[in-house]
Amino acid sequence: EEKTYSLPAWLIASFWESVALQETCFLSDYYIWKINVDETPMEKEIASLHRMEFQFSDIFYFCRKGFEAIVEDEVTQRFSSEELVSWNLLTRTNVNFHYVSLRLTVVWVIGVIVRYCFLLPLRFTLAAIGITSMIVGTTVVGQLPNSSLKNYLSEVVHLTCSRILVRALSGTIHYHNKENKPQKGGICVANHTSPIDAIILTNDGCYAMVGQVHGGLMGVIQRATVKACPHVWFERSEIKDRHLVTKRLREHVADKNKLPILIFPEGTCINNTSVMMFKKGSFEIGGTIYPVAIKYDPQFGDAFWNSSKYNIVSYLLRIMTSWAIVCHVWYMPPMVRKDGEDAVQFANRVRSAIARQGGLTELPWDGGLKRAKVKDSFKEEQQKNYSKMLVRNGSQGSLSAGTESD
Amino acid sequence: SGAKPISHSQITRLYSRFTSLDKGENGTLSREDFQRIPELAINPLGDRIINAFFSEGEDQVNFRGFMRTLAHFRPIEDNEKSKDQNGPEPLNSRSNKLHFAFRLYDLDKDDKISRDELLQVLRMMVGVNISDEQLGSIADRTIQEADQDGDCAISFAEFVKVLEKVDVEQKMSIRFLH
Repeated sequence: EEKTYSLPAWLIASFWESVALQETCFLSDYYIWKINVDETPMEKEIASLHRMEFQFSDIFYFCRKGFEAIVEDEVTQRFSSEELVSWNLLTRTNVNFHYVSLRLTVVWVIGVIVRYCFLLPLRFTLAAIGITSMIVGTTVVGQLPNSSLKNYLSEVVHLTCSRILVRALSGTIHYHNKENKPQKGGICVANHTSPIDAIILTNDGCYAMVGQVHGGLMGVIQRATVKACPHVWFERSEIKDRHLVTKRLREHVADKNKLPILIFPEGTCINNTSVMMFKKGSFEIGGTIYPVAIKYDPQFGDAFWNSSKYNIVSYLLRIMTSWAIVCHVWYMPPMVRKDGEDAVQFANRVRSAIARQGGLTELPWDGGLKRAKVKDSFKEEQQKNYSKMLVRNGSQGSLSAGTESD
Repeated sequence: SGAKPISHSQITRLYSRFTSLDKGENGTLSREDFQRIPELAINPLGDRIINAFFSEGEDQVNFRGFMRTLAHFRPIEDNEKSKDQNGPEPLNSRSNKLHFAFRLYDLDKDDKISRDELLQVLRMMVGVNISDEQLGSIADRTIQEADQDGDCAISFAEFVKVLEKVDVEQKMSIRFLH
């Protein structure tokens, strides 16, 4: 007996079928991709025959490592969107798209219509309202003389407009451990995935933004908001002067009445699967650091901005035609620099805490590798380690083969 | 041929990798495209490895060439499933893996590893940490031990003999998780 479905039931059935299919079709492809990286350290592999002398086979180790990096490396994958195990019905995240069934394709087409024809205009309108209110509101508040009333109104305007903008992205944000929210006079640091990270955080509190002055619409917003609230905007020429930057930030942090500053120490957008090296500058200012971990749920949309592939306008278009932006924000207990700890160690400690909380991997690589070449010192270190192995016994061809030194 | 054909998914994934490395989006990779991989750029033998992809005088490699070079690193187990003795030897046979390694040493392609060529590779791997004299004596000893016909250079046959006890299959293979 043939079952006939009403349209809504058919949609639901298709959706469910697509979910079930994901498990079988895409999962196996994903795991075939991963290579089994041999983690044997160089010392163990090359010295395995107990002879600390050069052998022709020594190059095999470097050769294999080189080819492993060509097939799959830890770094460059972080500068493009995360590969998903199961498809979220957005073609942009389906690299291996192959036709599965008519029903799935129809569901996808309906999805496209809903996203582009209904959600996008609605969101665009909301965003326009949000941005306009922000500019007008902060300009009006900026006219007031400095007082606690002004501060209060500025907070209201910022929070309200932030909330409108989050609605404009269909954002669902889960805040955890609100008791650890950044306090005045502190520095809030978070991992960086997208320009909307700032809106995610200002939706729940007020921060003093730090950044470079831009032109265009962004510049208008920056000039308006700084009248109402002491954001720290730098001219392009100023931002190259590290001492000037540190000095201004220090002054801001020293004033315990000022809002906590918000900094993204990675310096660039990473794809939300890992945390790369933090620039030590933010950790030299002093003051209390409030770490925050932000993790986006990739099932509903891809928040990562691949700035080498998309400009800001096409990025915003992609964001506004996703299903939603769902993310988790964890406020973490404040951290201060310990005695005897330098800025780099402190930065790494904070970074580990953020990575652990957000379930991200830590990478000893600099986000700057998105555009710049890697430093030679890494290669020199490998060469040094290999040399140590070659001349560890002090001489080659030692008669007592197999003796371990030290 | 004697090898199990590479699976469709693996080709798709490697093509996806190829295109992600191809920043110029012209269907070929240049040496700069490879250099952009940090883990490869810091590899002491990085330049030699990259060179292995490019034919004589060429500075672009297409996907076919990319796959051909990568094929040397397929595990040998893949071959055992279909023992066809009549086909050409697969690229990932033990002999071809050794030949690949031999060519990393033999820059001038005269089928011999000379003292100079060995010194060049040694210098790449140790950087500035070992003196010329010490490196020279390491090279001399290595050649002396392997050289059988007394021409102070290592031929491919001598190379294979020296490495006969080494597990080439394991050290020169990349495995996908199954």
